[in-house]
Amino acid sequence: MTSDPDGPRTHLSGDGGSVATTEPTSSSDAARVSPVDVFFKNLTRTAGLGLLALIAAIAVFLVVKATSALNANTGHFLTTTEWFPNASPPFFGVAALLFGTLLTAVIAMVIAVPVAVGIALFITVYAPRRLAMPLAFIVDLLAAVPSVIFGLWGLLVLVPRMDGLQMWLTDYFGWIPLFATDNGAVGRSIFVASVVLAIMILPIVAALSREVFLQVPIAHKEAALALGATRWEMIRAAVLPYGKPGVISASMLGLGRAMGETIAVALVLPASFGISWKILAPAGNTIAANVANGFAEANNTGRGALIASGLVLFIVTMIVNMAARAVIARRREFSGAAS
Amino acid sequence: MSTTTVSSTTGTGGGLALRGQKLPNAAFPVIAVGAVVLTVLLYLVTSIDSTIQFVLISGVLYLIGQTVASVLVEGSRRAADRFVTTLVYLAFLLAVIPLVAVLANVIAKGVGRLDVGFLSHSMRGIGARDAGGGIYHALIGTLEQIALASLFAVPFSLLVAIYLVEYGRGRISRTISFFVDVLTGLPSVIAGLFILAFYILALGQKPSGFAGSLALTILMIPIVVRAAEEMLKLVPHELREASYALGVPRWRTILKVVLPTALPGIVTGVMLAVARVAGETAPLLLTIFGTDSINFNPFSGPQSALPLYIYSQAGQPQQTAVDRAWAAALTLIALVMLLNVVARLIARMARVR
Amino acid sequence: MATRIDVSGLTAFYGKFKAVSDIHFSIEPKNVTAFIGPSGCGKSTVLRTLNRMHEVLPGARVEGRVLMDGEDLYGPGVDPVNVRRAVGMVFQRPNPFPTMSIYENVVAGLKLNGTRKKSLLDERAEESLRGANLWEEVKDRLGRPGAGLSGGQQQRLCIARAIAVEPQVLLMDEPCSALDPISTLAIEDLIVKLKSSYTIVIVTHNMQQASRVSDTTAFFTLDKTGDPGRLVEMDKTEKIFSNPAQKRTEEYITGRFG
Repeated sequence: MTSDPDGPRTHLSGDGGSVATTEPTSSSDAARVSPVDVFFKNLTRTAGLGLLALIAAIAVFLVVKATSALNANTGHFLTTTEWFPNASPPFFGVAALLFGTLLTAVIAMVIAVPVAVGIALFITVYAPRRLAMPLAFIVDLLAAVPSVIFGLWGLLVLVPRMDGLQMWLTDYFGWIPLFATDNGAVGRSIFVASVVLAIMILPIVAALSREVFLQVPIAHKEAALALGATRWEMIRAAVLPYGKPGVISASMLGLGRAMGETIAVALVLPASFGISWKILAPAGNTIAANVANGFAEANNTGRGALIASGLVLFIVTMIVNMAARAVIARRREFSGAAS
Repeated sequence: MSTTTVSSTTGTGGGLALRGQKLPNAAFPVIAVGAVVLTVLLYLVTSIDSTIQFVLISGVLYLIGQTVASVLVEGSRRAADRFVTTLVYLAFLLAVIPLVAVLANVIAKGVGRLDVGFLSHSMRGIGARDAGGGIYHALIGTLEQIALASLFAVPFSLLVAIYLVEYGRGRISRTISFFVDVLTGLPSVIAGLFILAFYILALGQKPSGFAGSLALTILMIPIVVRAAEEMLKLVPHELREASYALGVPRWRTILKVVLPTALPGIVTGVMLAVARVAGETAPLLLTIFGTDSINFNPFSGPQSALPLYIYSQAGQPQQTAVDRAWAAALTLIALVMLLNVVARLIARMARVR
Repeated sequence: MATRIDVSGLTAFYGKFKAVSDIHFSIEPKNVTAFIGPSGCGKSTVLRTLNRMHEVLPGARVEGRVLMDGEDLYGPGVDPVNVRRAVGMVFQRPNPFPTMSIYENVVAGLKLNGTRKKSLLDERAEESLRGANLWEEVKDRLGRPGAGLSGGQQQRLCIARAIAVEPQVLLMDEPCSALDPISTLAIEDLIVKLKSSYTIVIVTHNMQQASRVSDTTAFFTLDKTGDPGRLVEMDKTEKIFSNPAQKRTEEYITGRFG
């Protein structure tokens, strides 16, 4: 039976049309394959394998160069909070740095994700169509602002302006351990660094969420509206359930990016070592920021120690990124089976 | 609003309730003014003293006022809808304000120091406290490093993308594709640490612009591979078949038919990748060492780069250095935005055709 | 709970494109009305103006009046949300919410309207599923995803979802065009059964279907591509299919054009 859309109604099909890239099988036309063809195929394949070799090399060289420093280390690398790799004997550990990395990134995500989902909803559902495209374009452009500029702005503009808010928070909410400070001292804190990170990952999370919201089939939205749903109820019944895996995945990619962000954090945080939940106090450091701050005065063991910390960051971001991809992949299977 | 009343109004069929109670349009400005006035009062009696709080508090008060009014007049469903609508608009404002503020601050603070002299002088012999100096050496470094990185990354990435789209089947291609994703998520500082470990520490080379460009290459590869892959997939299969049917061998088909068709999209992807790595600081910090002098040779001796220049100037306490940082930031943003806008224009033009 | 519909001077636009022009007709309560006509004649558009779903599409707007029991759907102060609650709709392709179970799909509209009481929801779910001739097939697996049903069952689930909120009018936009003949028959039986409680308007591409299920038939056409669709005639179904007043109608139903 043919479908009969009256007038130019648009039907979005749920199954995203992927382009078939099948080609004549090499066995059937093996006779025609020229030596140049074989060479070209092998060339591209070598490049592909070269990419695998590159990843392997990254892992191997990080491990190799970290090992000598780790052998010289007199502290326990994973539990020590101090960082004295240049001393003799060297004494250092990644605990405080890893704590700071995770804490800043998680707070950044908690701030950024709701706002990013709001932006994505604004662009896909609320904004007039004429406005939606330019707004999406601006958000995309902001994703391109280099991180050193966010760092510069965070340090020189945002930090002084956040003092009032931070003092107010610690004055009135200081009874919550997270907002406690020592004698009300606030400043270049984990909180401010997280706000800067949140601003930085906002565009990417918003852009990815927008993509999944745009893919919500019109049929689902119309089903909700035809039942007498308000716009918000339509979003809750049709848009959010469909977009949830995509948003989760986007958030985790944003988390990964926040954890690896270096320069902006290095500029904002005062580079102290220690594990503290007082996010308003002027303290804190992350693995990446410590590499930027500690590199200049690092001796041979110091560089090895930084590489060792980089290896930890590499592993943690890889786990987060893989989890993000797994969420999206499962969703693809799900929607593929359903349609 | 009990459940029974709802079912009876819709169920008994005694007339259609098409009209709902609705708040008059004038109500919303009134609530907004009320929220601001209340915030001002709070401002006077408590210790609120920053604009950020002022905006946040009046926003929250407006939200509360509107929701209460809506629940009373329009019912809870409509109130929820209004609440979320306002929240979404606020989220958008909340996001746009800092993002625009970054751009506005950079322009406002950078434009005063940015002139021809700034672009054409290096920092040689200039202390942090001195007024002169410029970014010429950093500009040279950045341009050479991103040119070298593109030279390495683009052909390599194109070959990988061609393999994935045209030849890749089965395990190997899936593995490669997976690791392209891994590279996409690689923190840029790790790329720098790898070049440090491999090129400088293991091979015993000195820091140079070349070492920096190697780190940038690693960061460019996944972006270009993904962009090229997407574009190659969009080339219609019929085009390839038409070429095969004419007896054109596969490699010529790919080079003469498929690649040219996908070219505008690939160019866009490359430019976006260039824009992305042009602003990278962390990998360069570890690989090019930085210098105050002009060094045209990327293969020997330390070089500077714009992002690195901003980083080092921003860390100085002197206002003269900070001014230089802002001016350099403005230059960098202009460069990156230019690349972005041109890249997207190319993409748009190609789509129209 | 059935309602009379009077449409006058109805013109619908998609942006600058005029999809249908100056439509007038009336529909009696507890009556099945079929809209037939060639592709692009605007019959689905007219259907979608009857519950203000037309305006959901970007740039779409409507002129004219649609009265339901004398009240204009497009009058000032009328809330489209209330309109859609009173006028249910079933779409061309079955569109159960993919993330919801069968049960959740049926009660989705009730929950939106604030019904929370479990016993009431259960009662209404069974009632609606029985009403949609689906209860016997799904009563043991109400918690399973709605998307797991066959196409015909999904469409009956969508009908159950629509009648669960007890609308006054039920609109169906080619409800069988994506279904096999057996499922189509099940839906047609259902339409005849639902007629006793609802005013039903159905758009169909299939003239046999129109003659089987409807009391009244409206024939729409367009003069040439790009022109707005118009209503040619509307009459008792037997009359349209045996002795239509207009020559265009006769040509269409005898298969000479369209």
